[in-house]
Amino acid sequence: MTLAAFASYMLTGLAGASSLFLVAAGLSLIFGVTRVVNFAHGSFFMLGLYLAVTLAGVFGRTPLGFWGAVVCASLAVGAIGVVVERLILRPLYAAPELLQLLATFAVVLIVKDAALWIWGPEDLLGPRAPGLSSAVPVLGRSIPEYDLLLIALGPLVMAGLWLLLTRTRFGRLIRAATEDREMTAALGIDQARLFTLVFALGSALAGLGGALQLPREPANLSLDLSIVADAFVVVVLGGLGSLPGAFLASLLIAELKAFCIGLGFSKATLVIEFLVMAVVLVFRPHGLLGRPDPPARATEAEAGEPIPPLVWIPVALALAFPLLAGGYAVILAIDIVILALFAASLRWLIGPAGLVSFGHAAFFGLGAYAAAIAALKLGWPMAAALAAAPLVAAFGAFAFGLVAVRLSGVYLAMLSLAFAQIVWSLAFQWDALTGGSNGLVGIWPAAAVADKTRYYALVLGLAIAAWLLLGRIERGRLGYAIRAARDSQLRAEALGFDVPALRRIALVISGAVAGLAGGLFVYSKGSLSPETLAIPRSVDGLVMVLLGGLASPLGPLLGAGLFTWLQDEAARRIEFWRALVGFVILALVLFAPRGLAGLLRRPRA
Amino acid sequence: MLTVARLEAAYGRAQVLFGIDLDVAPGEIMVLLGRNGAGKSTTLKTIMGLVAAAGGSVTFDGRRIDGMPAHEIARAGLGYVPEDRRVFAGLTIAENLDVGRQPPRAGAPPWDEERVYRLFPRLAELKDRRAGQTSGGEQQMLTVGRTLMGNPRCLLLDEPSEGLAPVVVDAMAEATTALKREGLAVLLSEQNLRFALRVADRAAIIEQGRIKFSGPVSALAADESLARAYLAV
Repeated sequence: MTLAAFASYMLTGLAGASSLFLVAAGLSLIFGVTRVVNFAHGSFFMLGLYLAVTLAGVFGRTPLGFWGAVVCASLAVGAIGVVVERLILRPLYAAPELLQLLATFAVVLIVKDAALWIWGPEDLLGPRAPGLSSAVPVLGRSIPEYDLLLIALGPLVMAGLWLLLTRTRFGRLIRAATEDREMTAALGIDQARLFTLVFALGSALAGLGGALQLPREPANLSLDLSIVADAFVVVVLGGLGSLPGAFLASLLIAELKAFCIGLGFSKATLVIEFLVMAVVLVFRPHGLLGRPDPPARATEAEAGEPIPPLVWIPVALALAFPLLAGGYAVILAIDIVILALFAASLRWLIGPAGLVSFGHAAFFGLGAYAAAIAALKLGWPMAAALAAAPLVAAFGAFAFGLVAVRLSGVYLAMLSLAFAQIVWSLAFQWDALTGGSNGLVGIWPAAAVADKTRYYALVLGLAIAAWLLLGRIERGRLGYAIRAARDSQLRAEALGFDVPALRRIALVISGAVAGLAGGLFVYSKGSLSPETLAIPRSVDGLVMVLLGGLASPLGPLLGAGLFTWLQDEAARRIEFWRALVGFVILALVLFAPRGLAGLLRRPRA
Repeated sequence: MLTVARLEAAYGRAQVLFGIDLDVAPGEIMVLLGRNGAGKSTTLKTIMGLVAAAGGSVTFDGRRIDGMPAHEIARAGLGYVPEDRRVFAGLTIAENLDVGRQPPRAGAPPWDEERVYRLFPRLAELKDRRAGQTSGGEQQMLTVGRTLMGNPRCLLLDEPSEGLAPVVVDAMAEATTALKREGLAVLLSEQNLRFALRVADRAAIIEQGRIKFSGPVSALAADESLARAYLAV
């Protein structure tokens, strides 16, 4: 590599780091003060870019027009953030953190469809920055002037935020509330107002990050999730709530990506940031500059009356109905039951074991690929291939558990996301084994269950067996030990339990069941692609679990049923089905915080 | 000034307070004595709105404050010093004090940073040090000072002598009596009978969420059986 090439990659990386830092800084501030894991942060970035494109068109091609558009877009996104905080998050601050996350995911869906409605599905390219549209030669290579401006902007914003946090009362209140919210309230500080202001600031930063991309990349509808994944990685890598950490991590990630692209390993950019995060979290469980978390609130999964036995009758009838009806009902029912099994494995992990996974699709996908590869490449019969699915997934879960059990809370969730991304990129890039992006085709069930109704009977039988097994373990001695380890690691250890071992066991059990679901999935579809284990499936699983309610083993079935049916029905009938799903999720979160299963319980005395 | 009547509170389904009655007048120190787990801290937290009251009432200055959010209770003039100190570890001493600052209040002695430093001179020497890097005693002084920055008219002190060196306990006792002379109403919780007898005017003993004794501190000093029955002495 020549010095000139090195310098040019370096500068490209620095420019990328600036916009990454803006987004991550906002996310970090919001998380630090409100403890909300804001999935919608990437949507704010996306809105910032779209708004800037539109405003730049209105304001005209002058420097004032361009920069006016950038600033106005950022402020507008800040205002949108305030609306989201007031209407959606404020009623949820006392709710479990996962419900807040679910609500912000609903915002993602709604914003995406709003953007589709306003700006259409085409990518929108913004104007270049007037006066900064040429390139400057640096060591014989040309660097866009605009990149140089961005390089200067990142540290400037960092310095500005630093001054705000250390030199103003608002900043001191932010830092105090990040450490101990309740204490700041006892000192007379209105948290609701502080949260709104922090949300406004954080959203405006995300909007600014988006708007500044105006001349660099077109506005498109897939920015939201890709940006929020990057921003999460940066925030976690840097250490939650640490601005210098976020700055450092932005530099690291952006430079790594720039060098990967520059040196011709552009495929590696898909996974490099997750690899780096995984390595850092293994050695520094709180990120580069993070401090140990304040102890997290226990998930309020338990408590409540059991579901009245009468509820089981309609559930059993609904499950049996497709066996008689046949036709489309069977196909939908196969999907629902398989996803319910997947969701049940995730509920097992989040509820009893208290381990939140953002990457549970990894185990689903491992099972699916194991079955498909066993059937296609090894020529195994269906029974053997299906048996391989949970085994391989369990092995994957065991391997993940070796590095993961030391972590907790958001850090663990992010490591699971990294694990899923690494598995995904293997599936995506290992052409010889997995068929790469084309995937694998022609995986058909044995003749005895080739008929859809019969296959449904098989799926239902296996799912019920696995579900009963999970229930038995949960209510048995092992389940109590795992729950004890969740509720208090210290006390469980004092009682002689090996907490890391218990967590590994919980992970392996959960992974095996997810793998079984994956195996059943691949035989129901006949084909398989890397999307099977991509981020959206992990998120879907989380949404199903939370919609159904964590407290009841029935929850995953209800959640998977509603979510799959809603997606299927709505996607066929309405253009803006995502927004509809988003509104349904919001309604449930706000009015049925204990999930669908919670609605079925008798109200507490 | 502060009247607590039939106050009840619960954590989840476990009821902790069963009808607590207390009152404190301006210029008076009332001590709430009891063993670990008797409900002292919960009483103070419930008054402060940090634990939701399940029944009964809290009246401050003739105004019902139960059910109000904690920050409004603080702004009404009630100051709370938590038991486990809870300084903002990453902020300096001076910054911690600034977080506690509230506008001056009619009828309450006005506080600023300098006055806190006069009360606890040790804090002035450390004002630019991060609170997490100070000793337990210094942190205790800081939490008291931080709460005083809100210009309270009534102070809730949760176990101010717990785990402190005798010299710091002396400083806390002096500070508490000085505040009383300025007309503050002080409600403090204690396990330390000697500290209580030294500063308090009146005492109440709490046991398993119920008040077992209430009267002048002299009555408590005179009757050793009371202390033996309800306190760890």
